[in-house]
Amino acid sequence: MSPQKRVKNSQTPKRTSRRSNSYQTNLLAWRQKEDLSNSKGISKNGQNSPVEDFEHADVDEQAEDTLQIAVRYFEKGPFKTSRSKDKTLEKHLKTVENVAWKNGLAPEEIDILLNVTLSGKFGSAVNSRILRCMIPATLISEDSVVKAVSWLCVGKCCGSTKVLFYRWLVAMFDFIDHKEKINLLYGFFFASLQDDALCPYVCHFLYLLTKKENVKPFRVRKLLDLQAKMGKQPYLHALLSLYKFFAPTLISISLPVKKKIYFKNSENLWKTALVAVRQRNQGPSPEPLKLMLGPDNVRPGKRKWNSHSLIPVLNSSSHSKEYETKGMSLSDYLSRNRAFPVDQLKTFPQLLQNIHCLELPSQMGAVLNSSLLLHYINCVRDESLLLRLYHWLSQTLQEECIWYKVNNYECEKEFTNFLDTVIKAECFLQEGFYSCEAFLYKSLPLWDGFCCQSQFLQLVSWFPFSSFSEVKPFIFDRLAQLFFTSTIYFKCSVLENLKELLQNWLLGLSMDIHMKTVTDSSLETTFSGSMQSVFELIHYVGWLSTNALRLESNSTFLLHFVLDFYEKVCDIYMNYNLPLVVLFPPGIFYLSLLSLDSSILNQLCYIMHRYRNNLTAAKKNELVLKTKSEFIFSSKTYQEYNHYLTAMVGCLWTSKPFQKGSYFDPEVFKKIGIAKYKTSLNLIHHPALLSYAVSFLLKECPEERTVNMSSIRGKKWNKYMDYLFSEGLQGLQLFIQSSIHHSSVP
Amino acid sequence: MDSHDTSEWTPRQRASSRLNDHFIGATPLQKRLESVRKQTSFVPPSPQRKIPQCSQLQEDADPQKVAFLLHKQWTLYSLTPLYKFSYTSLKEYSKLLSAFIAAEKQKGLAVEVGEDLNFKVIFSTLLGMKGTQRDPDAFLVQILSKSQLPSENREGKVLWTGWFCCIFGDSLLETVSEDFTCLPLFLANGAETNTALIGTWFQQTFDCHFSPLAINAFNLSWMAAMWTACKVDHYVATTEFLWSVPCSPQSLDISYAIHPEDAKALWDSVHKATGEVTQEEVDLFMDCLCSHFYRHFKIHLSATRLVRVSTSVASAHTNGKIKILCHKYLIGVLAYLTELAIFQIE
Repeated sequence: MSPQKRVKNSQTPKRTSRRSNSYQTNLLAWRQKEDLSNSKGISKNGQNSPVEDFEHADVDEQAEDTLQIAVRYFEKGPFKTSRSKDKTLEKHLKTVENVAWKNGLAPEEIDILLNVTLSGKFGSAVNSRILRCMIPATLISEDSVVKAVSWLCVGKCCGSTKVLFYRWLVAMFDFIDHKEKINLLYGFFFASLQDDALCPYVCHFLYLLTKKENVKPFRVRKLLDLQAKMGKQPYLHALLSLYKFFAPTLISISLPVKKKIYFKNSENLWKTALVAVRQRNQGPSPEPLKLMLGPDNVRPGKRKWNSHSLIPVLNSSSHSKEYETKGMSLSDYLSRNRAFPVDQLKTFPQLLQNIHCLELPSQMGAVLNSSLLLHYINCVRDESLLLRLYHWLSQTLQEECIWYKVNNYECEKEFTNFLDTVIKAECFLQEGFYSCEAFLYKSLPLWDGFCCQSQFLQLVSWFPFSSFSEVKPFIFDRLAQLFFTSTIYFKCSVLENLKELLQNWLLGLSMDIHMKTVTDSSLETTFSGSMQSVFELIHYVGWLSTNALRLESNSTFLLHFVLDFYEKVCDIYMNYNLPLVVLFPPGIFYLSLLSLDSSILNQLCYIMHRYRNNLTAAKKNELVLKTKSEFIFSSKTYQEYNHYLTAMVGCLWTSKPFQKGSYFDPEVFKKIGIAKYKTSLNLIHHPALLSYAVSFLLKECPEERTVNMSSIRGKKWNKYMDYLFSEGLQGLQLFIQSSIHHSSVP
Repeated sequence: MDSHDTSEWTPRQRASSRLNDHFIGATPLQKRLESVRKQTSFVPPSPQRKIPQCSQLQEDADPQKVAFLLHKQWTLYSLTPLYKFSYTSLKEYSKLLSAFIAAEKQKGLAVEVGEDLNFKVIFSTLLGMKGTQRDPDAFLVQILSKSQLPSENREGKVLWTGWFCCIFGDSLLETVSEDFTCLPLFLANGAETNTALIGTWFQQTFDCHFSPLAINAFNLSWMAAMWTACKVDHYVATTEFLWSVPCSPQSLDISYAIHPEDAKALWDSVHKATGEVTQEEVDLFMDCLCSHFYRHFKIHLSATRLVRVSTSVASAHTNGKIKILCHKYLIGVLAYLTELAIFQIE
C-alpha cells in the first residue's frame, strides 16, 4: 500500500462502509466497499442525499440522520431562546453520545465537534460531554487535531476542557492518521508544560510525540528547570528518560528501582470505546505503545552491577558516533539524520524499509530478545557486530555457568532461562553461535551431564558446522565419555540431539549447494571436505549406538532412538540433495532385523525402503550426469546394501536366511533346539510377527481350536499380508512393495 | 514491498561465506575459536615465560603517575574489547560519566551533561604503559571530590581510581577488527559501588563486559616463582605464602614467610640459567618449599590451597586483589596479568 493512497483513504468519509457493515475490520475490504458505493453514485458523507436515505430506512439510518442534524445544530451554535434550548441541546447531545459510543464518529464529525468544543460556544459542561464522546469510527484526521490545537491558543476554553482535550489526545493518539503536522507544533505543546494543571497530561502527550529531532539542549534545560521546580514527578521522569534515550550526550537519568506508573491512566474514560475502535480497524492500527520504560520492567534485584537482567535492554547507541562530530563528513550527517532508532522498530516491513540505516543497540546482547534484530543479524555481514555479540555472549555464558561456581546452584533457574533464550535465538536463525561453540569447548569437560541437561544437549545440536575430525577431540570424544557412563535416558537424549545436529548440518549444506551453480575448484574441495565431515559424524553416531546397544543389553527403547537417527541418514540424497549415502553398521542392522518388537522391524523396513529409493535415484543421476562422486557411491555401498537386502528378504520372505556367508554355525541352532531354523524366519514365524500370525488366524476362523501356521499360504498369504499392513506396519508394506516381486510368493 | 535491492542481504550468502571461512580460517572470529580450541586441548603446551626484565617502561612514562599506581591494592577485572572507544574523546567521556554517576546516585533526578557537580571525573592516558608499540595506550579514570573551599587544594581527594591496560596483548589484538580497542586488564581501587557504576557505564557505552579476575593457585605459584626470580636491589618485604586449609566451621590459614634472599637462593638452585621459567621449575620450586615445611611441621601443604603470595615485587591474592611494590618490574607483572585476563575472555 503506498502512502499517498492511504492518506486519501483516511481522509475520505467512512460512512458508507459503516452502514453496510459495522463489523468491518479489514481496511482493504473496506475500500472495496467504498469504491462500490461510490460507483453507485452515492454522494459523500456529511451531505447524504435524501434519495439515498430513503432507500435504506433502517434504525441505524435514522440515527445517522438525526446525528447529522445534531452535528449541524452544534456547528451553528446555541440559539438564544432559552427555554427550548436546553431541551434541544440535551436531545442532540444524547444523539451524538449514542452514535459515538455505538459506532464511533466519522473524521468530519469529529472535526466539526472538536471545533465546537474548543471554540467555547457552549458551556464547559457541554464541552466536556462532547469531548468524552469523541470516539472515532476508525481514524481521526490530523488536520482536525491541528485545528483544535489552534483554538487552544485563542484561549476561549477553560482549564478543565484543556485537560480533557489532552487526555483525549493521549487516549486517541494511535488513531490519528498522521503526526507530522502535529509534530511541527512540538514547541507549542512543550510551552504548555508551564501550566501546572496541564503539565502531567502534556508530558504524557509529549512522551508519545517526541522524536529524536525534537530533543534539543534548550528543551533539556527547560525540563531540568521544571524538575527543579516540581521535584521528582513520575510523568517528568518518563519524559526525561525518553530525552535521555534520544540524547544521552545531553542528559543522564537513572530511574528508581521500584516499578512505577509514570502516567495516570488518561485512557480510562474511553477504555471500552478504545477496544471497540481497535477491533474495528484491527489490521492497520499499530499496537498501543507500551508506556512502561525499559529497564524497570525486569529487575530480579539480585544482580550486582551487570545491569538488571542477563540480557541487556535495547538502547540506541547514539553517543559513540556523536563524539566525532567535528570530523564528520556531510554524508555522515545525512546518514545520521536518517538513522532509524531500534526502539522504534516494531514491525517487519519497518525493518525492510530501514535496513540500510538502522541504528544498532548500544549493547549487542539485546538482539537476543528481539526477533526483528535477529533477522538483521542474520543477513548483515558486519564482522564487528558479530564480534560484539560473540564477546558478550561468551562472557555471560562463562560467568553464569553454574557448574563453574562452587555451591551456587540457586542461580540454576536463571541460567536455564538464559540458555533457553539463546537456544530460541539459534532456532530462529537456524544457525549456532560461535560463542556457544566456544562455551561447549570450555564447559563440556566440566559438565556433570545432569545440570541443564536438555539445554546443554540442545546447544550441542546447534554446534556450527565444522570439520568433524578437527572438533572431535573437544566435543565428541568428551561427549562419548559421558555417554557411555550415563543412564539409558541420557543416551537416548544424546542420540536425539545428534540427530538434530545432523539435520542442522544437512540443512545448512543443502542451502549451500543450491547457491553454488558454478563449479569452482576451491569450492569443490570445500564441498568434499564438508561431505567428509558429515560422513564422519554419521560414522561416529554409528559407533556410539553399536556400543550403547551392547551396554544396554540391546534395549528396544534405545534402538528406537538409533533407528530414528538412521531415518534421517537414509534420506540424505533425496531430502537434502546431497550426494551421500551411508548405511548402518551390521551391529544395528541385525539387531533390528531379529528384534522381538514389531515396530522396530517396521522401522527397519521403512529405512531399507528409503535406502533403496535413494540409491536408485543416485544411480540414475549418475548415469545421466556421467559424473561420479568418489566419496559417496562406491560400489561397496551398493554391495553392502544388497547384502542387507538379501538377508532381509531371506528372513521375511523366502525363509532362507543367511545363505551367503555363514554367519551362524548350524550346530548352534541344533543346540538351542531350532533345527529347522531355516523355515523359522519369515513373515509368519519371525518372532516380531508371530503374534500377528496367530491373531490373524484366530480372526479368520474363530472356531478353530488349534492354529496351524502352515495354513497361511497362497491366497491366504496375501490376505495375511493385507492384515499386517492394516495393523499399521506401513514400513513393511513399503519395503515389500518396492523390494519383493510377487512372483515369489512361497 | 518496496523495490529494495535485496541482493546484499540474503542470509544464504552469509551461510556460504561462513562455510568458506571455516576452511580458509581467516576471519577474526575463526581465529578466536582456534585459540579457544588450543586452550582446551588435552595436553596444554608446556608454557615458558620470560622472567620480568628490569624496567621495560617506555621512556615517555610519567613517573608521577607510575608512582601513583604502586603500593595500592587493586582489584582485577578482565574486560572484553571496547567498541568504538576513541582516545580523542576522553574529555566528553569525563562529562558523560560524571553525569551518569550523578544520575545514578540520586535515582530519578535527571542531570544535565556538563553540569557542575560536587565531584569530578578525569580520564587521562598513561603514556608509556605498554609492552610493545602495538599495545593500545593505557588510560586512567579518577573520581575526585571537589573541596567546598575554592582557595585550597582545588583537586580534592581521590575517591576512586581505575585503569585499563594491555601489556603484550598480541594474541588478543590479532583477533579483533579496528573498531575495537583491546584493554583486557582493568584494575580498580575504591568503593565497590563506584566500580559497579563505572563498569556499568563502560558496558553500556562501549558494549564491553567486565568479569572479576580471580587468580587460581596454579597461577599464584607461577607468580611466586617469577617474582622470586626478579633481581631486587633491596628487599622491602619478606616473601610470604598463605595457604588455606578448608575445614569447618572456620577455615585455617597457614602463613609461611621466608627471607627473600633465601627464596632467591632456592630459586637459583632450581632454575637453569636460560632467562625463561618453565613449568617444571615452578613445580620444583613449590615442591621444595612444601617439603621443607613438611620436615618441620609434618603438614602437607600440597593438600591445602595456596591463596596469597607476597614478594618484594608484588603481592597477589586468589580473590583477584593485587599490590605492586616494585617500580622496576611493573610492566613484567602487568604482562602476566594481561595474559591471565586474555585467557579469561577467550
